Amino acid sequence: MISLNYMMLLSGALFSIGVAGVLLRRNVLVMFMSIELMLNAVNLAFVSLGNRLGTMDAQVIVFFVMTVAAAEAAVGLAIIISIFRNRESVNVDDFTLLKW
Amino acid sequence: MPAWLFIFFGALAIVAAFGVIVQRNPVHCLLSLVLTLLVIAVLFIAEGAVVVGFLQAIIYAGAIMVIFLFVVWLLNIPGTPAPGGQLAPKFIGAIAASALGSMLFAFFSEPEAAVRAGAMAADYGSISSLARVLFADYLIAFEVTSVLLLAAMVGAVALARPPKNLDAKRDAEEPRRDEAAAG
Amino acid sequence: MTIDFVVYAIFAVAMLLVGLHLALFLLYFERKGSALIHDRVGANRAAIFGLGNRLGMPNLGIVNTLLADPIKMFTKEDFVPDGADKFLHALAPFIALFPVLVTFAVIPFGDTIDIAGRTYQLQAANLNVAVLYVLATIGVGVYGVALGGWASNNRWSLLGGIRASAQMISYEIALGLAIISMVMTYGTLDLQEVVRMQGGTWLGVIPRWGILIQPLAFVLLLTAGVAESKRVPFDLPESESELILGYFTEYSGGKQATFMLTDLAEQALVAMLLVTFFLGGWQLPYLYRGGFVLPGGFQIAVGGLAVSILGIIAFLVKTVAVCGFLGLVRWTLPRFRYDQLMRLGWKGLVPLGLLNVVVTAYLVVAFGSAK
Repeated sequence: MISLNYMMLLSGALFSIGVAGVLLRRNVLVMFMSIELMLNAVNLAFVSLGNRLGTMDAQVIVFFVMTVAAAEAAVGLAIIISIFRNRESVNVDDFTLLKW
Repeated sequence: MPAWLFIFFGALAIVAAFGVIVQRNPVHCLLSLVLTLLVIAVLFIAEGAVVVGFLQAIIYAGAIMVIFLFVVWLLNIPGTPAPGGQLAPKFIGAIAASALGSMLFAFFSEPEAAVRAGAMAADYGSISSLARVLFADYLIAFEVTSVLLLAAMVGAVALARPPKNLDAKRDAEEPRRDEAAAG
Repeated sequence: MTIDFVVYAIFAVAMLLVGLHLALFLLYFERKGSALIHDRVGANRAAIFGLGNRLGMPNLGIVNTLLADPIKMFTKEDFVPDGADKFLHALAPFIALFPVLVTFAVIPFGDTIDIAGRTYQLQAANLNVAVLYVLATIGVGVYGVALGGWASNNRWSLLGGIRASAQMISYEIALGLAIISMVMTYGTLDLQEVVRMQGGTWLGVIPRWGILIQPLAFVLLLTAGVAESKRVPFDLPESESELILGYFTEYSGGKQATFMLTDLAEQALVAMLLVTFFLGGWQLPYLYRGGFVLPGGFQIAVGGLAVSILGIIAFLVKTVAVCGFLGLVRWTLPRFRYDQLMRLGWKGLVPLGLLNVVVTAYLVVAFGSAK
């Protein structure tokens, strides 16, 4: 049985890597992928905590997070495609229309 | 799961996650992400969440990432230099990410305090126990999620559909979408 | 403990070899079986070191197909096109092949066998969520095709790759719906249990095979499985007359052989799934653990090991028969056009699959599942 600490450390490490990806990369698709990485890190934390507490609620939460992530990925990618049609770029620094 | 196996999968997950944020080509980033997702699915199964682990492989690695792959192909213009960006936001970003990482590390290094409520159910993580909780305690959330998925489907199709005056627009500028998608 | 590991490792290797040999049989069927169907002779020349028919050696099509063809494929020059992504170009065939081969592990090919006093299930990996495993590997199988098309730096390969992956994910839904209705009928995700429940007979005569309970699901799984493995009539992604070889145009030598092997092995896998869910798996009608119980009350006692071996033989015969049927379909029907294909998948199979699931749900609530 893997100690809870190690699982949470792994989850925390993956989450931090995701945060680093969002903050450091300029390609909007890679930023989106880092967001998915963060979601998965949180899922891992949920599942290991659920295992320690012996409750199924954690797995249900993970199920819903996965479903919502699917919906969010579909809509987010559609938005990225629409922006690409107008801006012809996937570099986040080019999406400056809302800047004053 | 034996300790050495967990260390292997943990290291693989972290290396693949680094691969996501470090690599230049978005398609390589995507493949690293798929590897991370599959490793996380294995860890789910090791933690007793067997059904959720397989669902992660089916839904996340098998469906969502394929959507990503299609979009990455559509938008992957060859020949453009990899976006660099200015140094200052990256510097602050690196410091922020490192601060978060070290905070999480400090927080999770404390000895564990989670106590198991009682004996583990014999069918923990099986599909019947998941269904029991999902359709009894969380039924409303389940139904709302199905409506959410429908809304997401309709929204994605509506947003990604080419605009109605695309042909007129295409005759005005030169056709470059063909070259980009296939090059 | 170690003997468990060794026994299951032997089963895994055996299933792998069975799968690969079935793929080889399908390759042979592609040459000589199709010739039989088309009323022609097929490939039957193989000159061994230039000798061939001159010295009166017989011309055997089998030497051509099973020896010369694979040798040719593996000894061809292996090139990577200019500007292609070398790593992905090399990796894609194996990403395509791996999920297919790995799925052979959960197909049950026999009942149980007693070795050294312990009982082993004749199934390489005895998962109790085997159906989810099958769906997961089918989902991951899209990547090899998609990456093969993209990594070739060739717009026709890319087009073939996009079409192939779109086709695969569309028919995955129909496949999943057919499998879900079978899971509801049998009330279990374990494939060995599904096969066990297909033993016994109705009225003492008709075997309790799945195809008699769920004929619509059989048709759905057949169609979706053939579409998933990209065989004719759904082989537009690799149509030989239109896109040259579609997503694996730029592959030669061993990598092309791997892609073709994926195709054939996936067809063998679909045949095995059909046999497991609908045709009774390893169940021979009227054969139980103690022996035969024929209609009319005759009983023939058969020993334990012989029962297991008869089960294995029954499974293999059924799988080969279904593979032959799929080959027959392949050489008879013309290929679908892409929009017809997508229309069939989304507007035909998915509503039928949903209808099947709803009707099955009602019947299961009314009459109870087959458990």
